Amino acid sequence: MSATFIGMPGNFPKNAEKAVQDSQLRFNLRKATHTIRDKRAEVVGELPDWGELRAAGKAIKDDVLHNLDRYLIQLEEAVTRAGGTVHWARDAAEANRIVTDLVKATGETEVVKVKSMATQEIGLNEALAAHGIAAYETDLAELIVQLGDDFPSHILVPAIHRNRSEIREIFLDKMPGVSRDLTDDPPALTEAARLHLRDRFLRSKVAISGANFMVAETGTLVVLESEGNGRMCLSLPETLISVVGIEKLLPSWRDLEVFLQLLPRSSTGERMNPYTSMWTGAVEGQEFHLVLLDNGRTDVLADEVGRQALRCIRCSACLNVCPVYERAGGHAYGSVYPGPIGAILTPQLRGMTTDLDASLPFASSLCGACYDVCPVAIDIPEVLVDLRAKAPHAAAERAAMKVAGWVLDDHERLATAQRAATRLRRFVPKKGLPGPMSAWTDTRDVPEIPEESFRDWWERAGRSASAEER
Amino acid sequence: MRVALFITCVNDTLFPGTGKAVVSLLRRLGCDVDFPAAQTCCGQMHVNTGYRTEGTRLARHFTEVFAGYDAVVAPSGSCAAMVREQYPKLARPGSRGAAAIAEVAPKVYELSEFLIDVLKTEDVGAYFPHRVTYHPTCHSLRGLRLGDRPLRLLQNVRGLELVPLPGAEECCGFGGTFAVKNPAVSAAMGADKTRAIQDTGAEVLCAADNSCLMHIGGTLRRQKTGVRTMHLAEILASTEED
Repeated sequence: MSATFIGMPGNFPKNAEKAVQDSQLRFNLRKATHTIRDKRAEVVGELPDWGELRAAGKAIKDDVLHNLDRYLIQLEEAVTRAGGTVHWARDAAEANRIVTDLVKATGETEVVKVKSMATQEIGLNEALAAHGIAAYETDLAELIVQLGDDFPSHILVPAIHRNRSEIREIFLDKMPGVSRDLTDDPPALTEAARLHLRDRFLRSKVAISGANFMVAETGTLVVLESEGNGRMCLSLPETLISVVGIEKLLPSWRDLEVFLQLLPRSSTGERMNPYTSMWTGAVEGQEFHLVLLDNGRTDVLADEVGRQALRCIRCSACLNVCPVYERAGGHAYGSVYPGPIGAILTPQLRGMTTDLDASLPFASSLCGACYDVCPVAIDIPEVLVDLRAKAPHAAAERAAMKVAGWVLDDHERLATAQRAATRLRRFVPKKGLPGPMSAWTDTRDVPEIPEESFRDWWERAGRSASAEER
Repeated sequence: MRVALFITCVNDTLFPGTGKAVVSLLRRLGCDVDFPAAQTCCGQMHVNTGYRTEGTRLARHFTEVFAGYDAVVAPSGSCAAMVREQYPKLARPGSRGAAAIAEVAPKVYELSEFLIDVLKTEDVGAYFPHRVTYHPTCHSLRGLRLGDRPLRLLQNVRGLELVPLPGAEECCGFGGTFAVKNPAVSAAMGADKTRAIQDTGAEVLCAADNSCLMHIGGTLRRQKTGVRTMHLAEILASTEED
């Protein structure tokens, strides 16, 4: 059973400090993120209307968010009409209770799962386990994470931090009935997973999924995937339970045209994903339950700047271009949502009451690469800066920033401070500064303090100097 | 043309040579350069670290100091981007502050923008016989969208051999207070950047932002690489007489 992130100790800088020292992890991450990054750039570059698609994706999602109440009711009616049952969950506990009760009602003690961020967000597997129900992940990377009793570290590729020899070790150690001759050849590893999972698909009577999209007009749910495990889970079992965030709506069937282009190209760097499953309500002989999850989303919706995070379609393009994610890895973010999108989503969904969550808006150099690649144009740096204003600040930092603000409020005060620094220039060492400034000098020299500030030079000589006399 | 120099607090305090180079370069190109003495800081550090009250106060001060100029030139892509991209988000729509920002912000130019878009010159008559690589800082690249403007200016410098920097568009890891709030990640990014710089065999790393150069340069010096850092203005101001 994979562990849960909820209540994880530490903070981003401390977690990241450990991660950057792991050279194997950095090698794995660099290789994987750069490969997907390059593939994405290639397939996005071949579409001349990418900018228009991106603008359309943003506009459609904004319409959904502005009219969420109406679309949700429309969806509920359409799903009900098609033979499904809709449940509303205010938070994680309510969603877990609903799903647990539904599984218990079937009398089953095992469920298969399609990869789903929403069920990870609420810690569903752990909640089910507490009631004696075993949830088996069927996505290969999720399976690796689950068998390894590990945390996911990427939205799309949860086991991105593992290389193939580590995966072989996990399979040998944890996969029942696996051949002892298993090599770390990728086809051999996937074959072992196939054999292991095939048995689960055929045996399980209950499946749990999320959804990439829900079409309000028709009540259709859509899952995009690459391995066919989703198709198995969505079609074979007698009972299907889908847990989906309320923001996953699209108004109409036609809108899929935009998103079925935006998502695969942004996430896996493919023109189209191998499997797209769509279902509307329940087919005969099967039961379908849709659990609509709020869990903080309506609070995010109330925030004028932060609400754009709800446009997210979980493609993970922002993770793959993020220089911070590439060095720190996904675990440092202490959330199922790592990387730039996690840094704005987690503090909004969970609040900033823990040291970890309060550190997330600062886990960015504001380089803007995430905004550039986002297929729904979420201005992640803008939201980060907004969250930083809401985050708690340490007393010492507050005092220092107040003093700096006071000095900078007035040019005479600034000039006085500059002259003081100039007089002390010989006493400022290049390295080994004390206290918080050691964070700079541990790896970087301090710049030389000049003999004279620019403004003093201007007053003394610059104003009248000709170009030759500088 | 009467041009106001927005020196930026970092250049004013730590890199006056860059400011002198801008003055010399703009005068050489026929501009009448003014330095409004009341200027201090654009407020980026405060706003981006979560101190919006102080940052907004500095932004208001900026709009007062630079009101009425035809053009304001800053030797910093980051500070120019702060004024142009972030100031409009600080004021309430329809307020006096918003109107003041809308008046001043479009007249603020990063140096290479001013040279190419306003003065319409790509050859500033500079001479700099060295092997140089250029790092397009994030806010110049993705904020102001400077594109190849700085490169076009460097390509026209006589004697200068411009070598491409692999992974140039990747952040160096400075990020303002990020450098001290997340020192491990910042240093890891800086180390990858300096490795790429050294691989080019360049003698000089050039950029349009001294704050990024302070981080990269500090790392290069700590590693004793011998690679120098220079602001774009200083290379463009260099002539054969120097």
